[in-house]
Amino acid sequence: MPGTQTETPYVGSIGMEVHAELLTESKMFCGCRNAFGGKPNTRCCPVCLGLPGSLPVANRLAVELVIRAALALNCAISPIAKFDRKNYFYPDLPKGYQISQYDQPIGSGGWLDIEPEAGPRRVRIRRVHLEEDTGKLMHLPTGESAVDYNRSGVPLMEIVTEFPPDMSSADEARAYLVKLRAILTCIGVSDGKMEQGSLRCEPNISVRPAGSAAFGTKTEIKNLNSFRAVHRGVQHELARQSALLRRGDRVAQETRGWNEARGETVLQRVKEVEQEYRYFPEPDLRPLHIDDAWVASIRASLPELPDTARVRLVEQYGLSATEADLLTQTAAWTAYFERAAGLCGNARATANWMMGELARLLNAAGIEIEQCKAGPEALAELLAMVESSKISGKMAKGVWEAAFESGEAPAAIAARQGEQISDADALGAVLDSVIAAQPDVWSALCAGDEKKLTFMVGQIMKQTRGKANPGEVNRLLRDRMPGGAQ
Amino acid sequence: MKPLTHCSLRALRDAVRSGEVSAREVAQAHLDRITEVEPAISALLAVTADDALAQADAVDAARSRGDKIGPLAGVPIALKDVICTRGVATTCGSRILAGWKPPYDATVAARIREAGAVMLGKANCDEFAMGSSTENSAYGPTRNPWNLACVPGGSSGGSAAAVAAREVAGSLGSDTGGSIRQPAALCGIVGLKPTYGRVSRFGLVAYASSLDQIGPMARSVEDAALLLEAICGLDPLDSTSVDAAPFTATAVTRGDIRGLRIGVPREFLGDGVDGPVVAAVRAAVEALCAMGATAEECSLRTVRHSLATYYILAPAEASSNLARYDGVRFGLRAEGGSGHAGMTEASREAGFGAETKQRILVGTYALSAGYYDAYYLRAQKVRTLIRRDFDAAFERFDVLVTPTSPTVAFGIGEKSDDPLAMKLADVCTLPANMAGIPGVSIPCGMDRGLPIGLQIMGRSFDEETTLRAAYAYEQATHWHTLRPEVNR
Ligand SMILES: [Zn+2]
Repeated sequence: MPGTQTETPYVGSIGMEVHAELLTESKMFCGCRNAFGGKPNTRCCPVCLGLPGSLPVANRLAVELVIRAALALNCAISPIAKFDRKNYFYPDLPKGYQISQYDQPIGSGGWLDIEPEAGPRRVRIRRVHLEEDTGKLMHLPTGESAVDYNRSGVPLMEIVTEFPPDMSSADEARAYLVKLRAILTCIGVSDGKMEQGSLRCEPNISVRPAGSAAFGTKTEIKNLNSFRAVHRGVQHELARQSALLRRGDRVAQETRGWNEARGETVLQRVKEVEQEYRYFPEPDLRPLHIDDAWVASIRASLPELPDTARVRLVEQYGLSATEADLLTQTAAWTAYFERAAGLCGNARATANWMMGELARLLNAAGIEIEQCKAGPEALAELLAMVESSKISGKMAKGVWEAAFESGEAPAAIAARQGEQISDADALGAVLDSVIAAQPDVWSALCAGDEKKLTFMVGQIMKQTRGKANPGEVNRLLRDRMPGGAQ
Repeated sequence: MKPLTHCSLRALRDAVRSGEVSAREVAQAHLDRITEVEPAISALLAVTADDALAQADAVDAARSRGDKIGPLAGVPIALKDVICTRGVATTCGSRILAGWKPPYDATVAARIREAGAVMLGKANCDEFAMGSSTENSAYGPTRNPWNLACVPGGSSGGSAAAVAAREVAGSLGSDTGGSIRQPAALCGIVGLKPTYGRVSRFGLVAYASSLDQIGPMARSVEDAALLLEAICGLDPLDSTSVDAAPFTATAVTRGDIRGLRIGVPREFLGDGVDGPVVAAVRAAVEALCAMGATAEECSLRTVRHSLATYYILAPAEASSNLARYDGVRFGLRAEGGSGHAGMTEASREAGFGAETKQRILVGTYALSAGYYDAYYLRAQKVRTLIRRDFDAAFERFDVLVTPTSPTVAFGIGEKSDDPLAMKLADVCTLPANMAGIPGVSIPCGMDRGLPIGLQIMGRSFDEETTLRAAYAYEQATHWHTLRPEVNR
């Protein structure tokens, strides 16, 4: 290719459909328990199996949770919860239709604010509605197919962004999802578990030449079950579509699946014609009235939302915006931070520790902060010991790792590992041996090369396996240097 | 005492309660009658003799222990085969559900059982309750006890014929566009479609959910009222059921109809209604006036759109309700198709009859994008207008009186090739389903040896007044005492 051609810049447009399973005790239209996993087809009844003659009865709590989410997303609330049938044939859909909401979603016209690196942005939300989840189709090794209906009828909330899309980059797509998940978990409507599929996101993506008014053909991506996958998937798809257009090819309207291992999207299904769903009002359910008093009482019960918490954390604890973002990623993080900071009285150290050591260990263990055995009380206890120099920062890391692993109190762990060595005689002997072993470094230090001090302290810490009191070691070293107290 | 199969439901209940006869004797007498006449009538798809006798014994045992026994103790009844009965095949008159045994009881099935009634069998019907003659059953037609060459009406033809032929004392049917009242008229019995929401639909295999309603069929108004009392009321399993003022049978048989204001809508007595039917209805109105009611002709201008409206709304809902028969979880799974789509297609092709397929096609079309506004949405609006017309009429009148069917029973096969003529059989009954109001059919005359039915419609949830008018008429006339040939 001749290098004289200038590359056409392309602009991305990203819309997002998010499905969140709601945290209700029972399913949407029957009394079966709403839970994850379990032996196939052990949580179903005539209603969620769609047996002839069965009828749905709407779960009022599910409606309430959707109102809750819609309020948190700044939506207008419909005066009724009306249901419609979405008709299509699929083996995981027992009735041959899904009970959903078509022309009157519970929430509409909302938004949420994101702050990716490129700058703050408001993403408008077109609708928040309630529907029922489908069963799960499985392909057996025998070549046969089987369906597990445990998930059939689980209440599912769908959140759709407005068109034209407000997002154009993978960063924004991820920021949107991070914020949405923070809000949904904070208000207790969803557990936000992307790996388990209780929070599922399907971005739709198109690109168009910069300056062009017409939107390009869009594709939908499925199988994105982590924030990382969302970021990579969107980025890959934007690049793939741009490359197609640059070559003069066209983008086909299709559904693509994210392949994590190969790091690319692969074709799942071509959408030649729009599926005909033949929506009509569900005659088996009378519309539920949502009166102002109900909405007001739900609004009053909303906890502090992540955006508000973020601002408050910055003001109240002097945190940076980035720190506050991280500490408000879920309600559990905020609660953990505030409890620990309150107990130990050191917000800065608490924030640092949570964003560093705690985040690292959670990541490595692949668990959520809710499952962490070392609670905020443990962290506060640890930080208090560091503050009062009972243990060194280095020793604290070891103690914290042990506490994270076992859930044992840091004080007890530290006691067992032995307190810091502050005794001048004991440390003096170590000093002697290190100076003897490093005569050149010692001479340089004595000659005024201050940088060598860190090295010497490090050597002493190594010999004492981190138990030496660093402050004491410093003092003793300076005492021995020429011009010292001795 | 008369032969047990000639007794009313009320009389049997009283005799069992007093110990004059045992529930087992009652059940056995009716089972014998079934054996005798079923070869000619074919009203029942299943006879549950063993279960019935065991249940009758349980009633007798409870009585001899001195336990409280229910208001329908020992009463032999049949359920239309679209009503789910736990462990007893429920086919809906369709091949696609051949042999399907529901794992649960419909609310009405549970309620009549609790009331002490003894179910003798499941009654034949048009496939998924779609039809007016019971000829659309995959298991063959039911014959009219008054003339075996004639249809019993439909879709609850089996429920009507079984009662008329005295195989059972009462039965339950379902009515979407006249499916209780029209066969009741054609078989010379009483059939009530209650107000939409009065009786739970849980366990009623859906045809058109916004129109379907279960109701009683019996040989007297009081018997029908006793059945309604047992099955009606709010059901937490059906969100469309209503917590209305309770209904009691005694309220129907007490009091008179002096001062009752009767409206006679002229749209129901025009072209297409046979002369003898018109004459019988006019005579009935006179009889009611002789008892102190007043009558006046009136007009319900929008009811002429009922048929067109019905044939949009009902097939639309049916096309969705019947989507679950895909061969995956229950019912017929036909071989031959490949993949899920192929299996579904083959199973539905083999499992559904012609009328059902036609209605699914019509309904699918009516709901399609681009046609929804022109058909379904418009039909809903017309339905609202029809309802308002009735509301206005009920400001002036307490009940409306019309024929139930424009003709008496027609011959088997006579209208099979003329779908429009068949659908006109429901023209008098459809409006009550559109408006959701109660309607009862009672015998009011004979034409060429076949019964004529009188329809009385009332205000929503005013089954009491509706049935009281029917009861007064019945007490003053002899039509309900006539018995068809097959009984001799
Ligand atoms: Zn269930």
